[in-house]
Amino acid sequence: MEPYVLSNAVAVGLLAGLLWALVSARRSRVWRDAGRELLRRRPIALTVFLAYVAIGLLDSLTWVSASSGGTPQGDSVSLHKPRSTIDRLFPDESYREKSYSAPLADREFLGGAPLRHPGRHLLGTDILGRDVVYQTLKGARVALLVGGFTTLIAIPLALLFGVAAGYFGGRIDDAVFFLISTLASMPSLLLLIALIMALGRGPAQVCLALGITGWVSFARVVRGETLKLRELDYVHAARALGASDLRIVLRHIVPNLMHLVVIAFVLTFSGLVLSEAVLSWLGIGIDGSWGRMIDQARDELSREPIIWWNLVSASVALFGLILAVNLLGDAVRDILDPRTLRERA
Amino acid sequence: MWAYVVRRLAYSLVTVLGVLLLLFVLFFLVTNPDDIARKAVGEKAPPQALEQWKKNHGYDKPRFWNQKHPTDTMLVDHFRRMLTFDFGNSDADDTPIWRRLKSGAGPSLSFMLPLFVLELLLTISLGLLVAFFRETYIDRMGVILCVLAMSISTVLYIIGGQYLIARVLRWFPISGFDPSPSVIARFLAIPVLVGLLSGVGDGVRFYRAVFVEESGKDYVRTARAKGCGEGRILVYHVLRNSLVPILTQVVVVIPYLVMGSILLESFFGIPGLGSITFDAINANDFATLRTMVYLGSLLFILGQILTDVSYTVVDPRVRLE
Repeated sequence: MEPYVLSNAVAVGLLAGLLWALVSARRSRVWRDAGRELLRRRPIALTVFLAYVAIGLLDSLTWVSASSGGTPQGDSVSLHKPRSTIDRLFPDESYREKSYSAPLADREFLGGAPLRHPGRHLLGTDILGRDVVYQTLKGARVALLVGGFTTLIAIPLALLFGVAAGYFGGRIDDAVFFLISTLASMPSLLLLIALIMALGRGPAQVCLALGITGWVSFARVVRGETLKLRELDYVHAARALGASDLRIVLRHIVPNLMHLVVIAFVLTFSGLVLSEAVLSWLGIGIDGSWGRMIDQARDELSREPIIWWNLVSASVALFGLILAVNLLGDAVRDILDPRTLRERA
Repeated sequence: MWAYVVRRLAYSLVTVLGVLLLLFVLFFLVTNPDDIARKAVGEKAPPQALEQWKKNHGYDKPRFWNQKHPTDTMLVDHFRRMLTFDFGNSDADDTPIWRRLKSGAGPSLSFMLPLFVLELLLTISLGLLVAFFRETYIDRMGVILCVLAMSISTVLYIIGGQYLIARVLRWFPISGFDPSPSVIARFLAIPVLVGLLSGVGDGVRFYRAVFVEESGKDYVRTARAKGCGEGRILVYHVLRNSLVPILTQVVVVIPYLVMGSILLESFFGIPGLGSITFDAINANDFATLRTMVYLGSLLFILGQILTDVSYTVVDPRVRLE
């Protein structure tokens, strides 16, 4: 199977999962109210975040052009290369320049040779002549992959271990607690570095390493909450009626942890994206991320005259996403956290 | 309390063994010793050199089980050497790791200690200030500024801080380090300032939340009813009662005091342990890396025990049983 087919499948799967979650959340009054409240409090942050998601999803939908139409220009290899929706907004390989060019310039920045596409690069080009707008747009998909996809690995892991430890107690609790305390007693950046160095560099490895370090703190919260839920009357009632452990966990424990899952998802997201930027800076991040763009641009401010467009573009894109997610995270926590619910009542 | 400390130390030993086991899995099972040796001696080295290198660095032994000498395995070796602090030589250039640790600890400490103290003072006083003005425009502005500051990546603070302070304003040298007392402050100024800026948003927000939460408690209302001024309440009542969360926050930083900051040190050319870790990443120096992770974890675990003990000092209600 071609790799791009898999990427399409993941994108469609994620979209379907999101829609399913939305539809099923609409059925419950608590979630409907929470959603409405979020929309009322943070309309702009929500829109910005969804815009990033849309760009990331568009960039994940990739297909090979049907070669029948038109006369083939250039070599046949590039013609049969799968290109995403975002790729198609820009002309093909020939869109590249030779080196730096300033925004909307018609000459190269160093040397002043005429460009192939004068005035067409809205934010200029980087050292290899790649269009900065194009690179920045492509970075959205990487950021969402790091933030969203990794959280989707970490949260089920945390739920599994946390609920098992809290519900069953005893030996299982001891084992999970040992695992959690071991992972939590290692400084997180050093653990991340150790994981990536051992697993090897690459996007999958970075996501895996972030996932392994990311689930620990949430598992601790889940364990504590499960310990509380386990002793509630309706759980006792369900057990007295003869419900199996699996049924109690799935029907009575996990649904009551969902608000924590949503809070953890939003709060973990920005931390993961920021971690990736740090890893890129250390040379073990993911290619094509904004962190990597920033890393490549770090010496450009010391040039005379300075080259700013590369750095500024990646930084603003990163800042916008993190700010939107942080604002959403605060609102989500305020809305869903039962402690604040009690205070408001 | 001493019984508690002893029991805590015993638990910590189990955790340390867990950390060592994880390090073994990562650095001896997941990574292939052949790959490490290949990277260290070069692609074109003869097989004998490869074998010799593996022998020198202890990578030639069986991983778990040795028929003739049951204790002569990588697993036993790893645990024995880490627990006796016998770290051996670097995988990259054969220098003893202990010598590196000694040379790096000083610069790291001289950089991190001022940063740590200043950051603590700054974030707590700003947190108190914002909490003093809670539910006014100043408070709301403060919270917004904090969220904005938190949304900026550390790497941007580093690039931006260096550009602004060293290139535009030209206050301090761009990078470098000199341990002589007369000039050390000039070199540490920018990294300390950048470190302060990058941590201030997070810190102030955290302490504000702690102080505001504490301000809603009954004893604060009592103090106010007795006629206590708002400023006095914050400093004498709220701050003192917030010492437990403050201490918890402080411990997280303890390992980094010695381990240094990987980002700041490597960028500003401070030859501390953070820089050494950074170099170890780029040189695929696995021996140094696992030593760093191990030492960091050890300091962290020690810090956690210290916090628990210090709770009893700041809060007489806490009894360690």
